[in-house]
Amino acid sequence: MSALEVVAPGPLATIQDLGRPGFAAIGVGRSGAADRRSFMLANRLVGNAEGAAAIEVLLGGLVLRTHRMVQLAVTGAEVDVLIDSGSGPVPMGLNARHTLEAGWQLQLSRATTGLRAYVAVRGGLDVPLVLGSRSTDTLAAIGPPPLRAGDLLPLGVPSGPVPPIAVAPVETIGGDEVTLHVVPGPRDDWLAEPDALVSSTWTVSDKVDRIGARLIATAGPGLALADPHRQLPSEGTVRGAVQVPPGGEPVLFLADHPVTGGYPVAGVLTQSDVDRAAQLRPGQRVRLRWSRGSQAGPRGVS
Amino acid sequence: MRVLPCGEHALLIEVDDTAGVLGWAAAIEDAGLDLVDIVPGARTVLVTVEHPAELVAVRAALGRLSPSSATEQLSDRVVEIPTVYDGPDLDEVARLTGLSTTAVIAAHTGQEWKVSFGGFAPGFAYLSGPDRRLQVPRRSEPRSRVPAGSVGLADAFSGVYPRESPGGWQLIGRTDLVLFDLERDPPALLMPRTRVRFVEVGS
Repeated sequence: MSALEVVAPGPLATIQDLGRPGFAAIGVGRSGAADRRSFMLANRLVGNAEGAAAIEVLLGGLVLRTHRMVQLAVTGAEVDVLIDSGSGPVPMGLNARHTLEAGWQLQLSRATTGLRAYVAVRGGLDVPLVLGSRSTDTLAAIGPPPLRAGDLLPLGVPSGPVPPIAVAPVETIGGDEVTLHVVPGPRDDWLAEPDALVSSTWTVSDKVDRIGARLIATAGPGLALADPHRQLPSEGTVRGAVQVPPGGEPVLFLADHPVTGGYPVAGVLTQSDVDRAAQLRPGQRVRLRWSRGSQAGPRGVS
Repeated sequence: MRVLPCGEHALLIEVDDTAGVLGWAAAIEDAGLDLVDIVPGARTVLVTVEHPAELVAVRAALGRLSPSSATEQLSDRVVEIPTVYDGPDLDEVARLTGLSTTAVIAAHTGQEWKVSFGGFAPGFAYLSGPDRRLQVPRRSEPRSRVPAGSVGLADAFSGVYPRESPGGWQLIGRTDLVLFDLERDPPALLMPRTRVRFVEVGS
């Protein structure tokens, strides 16, 4: 039986898990939760396997009604978590496990900082798998469609015990300037001046979605390609890539990024900073810093 | 061959040509490394791992590999693509190549193509063939809507658009063949190393 009903989805609510790796050769990207750290924390708080399907909520506004008792947790962007047992919405905590009886409602306000919140429900969302995953890939249009009012969501069987802690202390998502670390390469040598990536100040444009977040230079030299006419043969790209098109406005690749690209990737965000990049809001200031202590090793010949 | 850094979870192997890509991708697959994905490109193979700590071992293993001989690695399966050659850029391709439209069609159907790599969209495959006369640049103005099933040419490749999408390839024909179907197993018709022939059919 379906445990949850979507009363309102907000601007965009999609089902996500840790994605469908391994299909790049046929043009299907991994997809999955954009901020994997927040997503996995939500699952751990309700005693789910880390990759159980949960709801990714863009900005907020999601309203769910329960049809039976559930346990859930909300993580990620700073939304108000309001739980209504019938006598009005009561603000509860982010990053905490809550128990809702049948007929209760969960309402998320609009986030004050951060962009994406995660709602994990104990048992995980038991919607059909597509190519081995329950994730909605918004670029390839693969996976469940975005949530709509009236959708009924079945839950799976819990895979483990409820953890002894019910609240997680989590670093708040920054609202002002965020610093992201970039491992240089593979194509930093395609930039006229690679260090312009770290000496410029960037602002997040309004071109932000699950595919990527475009940055605009607000101070400093901005980026230019060493040879604007040189064509890069299409090559595989990764989540966290900092791709530089000829116009010079870099795009930070997020969960639904294209599998291959023909524009140079100057560097790739570190693992933890890709999750931070998934929480960037339009207008937010960003500084990039080189991370040179990576395991990738020196460039060069075999 | 060069190995370039690509973040904490990947390495980008750069080779001299697309034939080298097939050989390296095959060698990497056969080596049984613990990889999340192997993504061939026009001149590169990207390999990704689940945990950054695994990258060191992969880097070392790559140093010990040599590429498989590419011609031995093709599938013995040939996929035929029935094509109506009435594409909007057929005349332009004739002009660019210096061939008649009949000769363009004959060159396209007369050679065996092979899937070099995919990645642009689900089910899209970049096809390479031995006849170099059909190498044409992309359109200077991409189209905002290329119909599903469109057969095109760009640079050294031919390809079929599996779905309607924006695109800059020179369109010479169209096919009704379904290139990507989630109900099929595997969902993509054109898998890496598949051999392909275009067959002219009437409209």
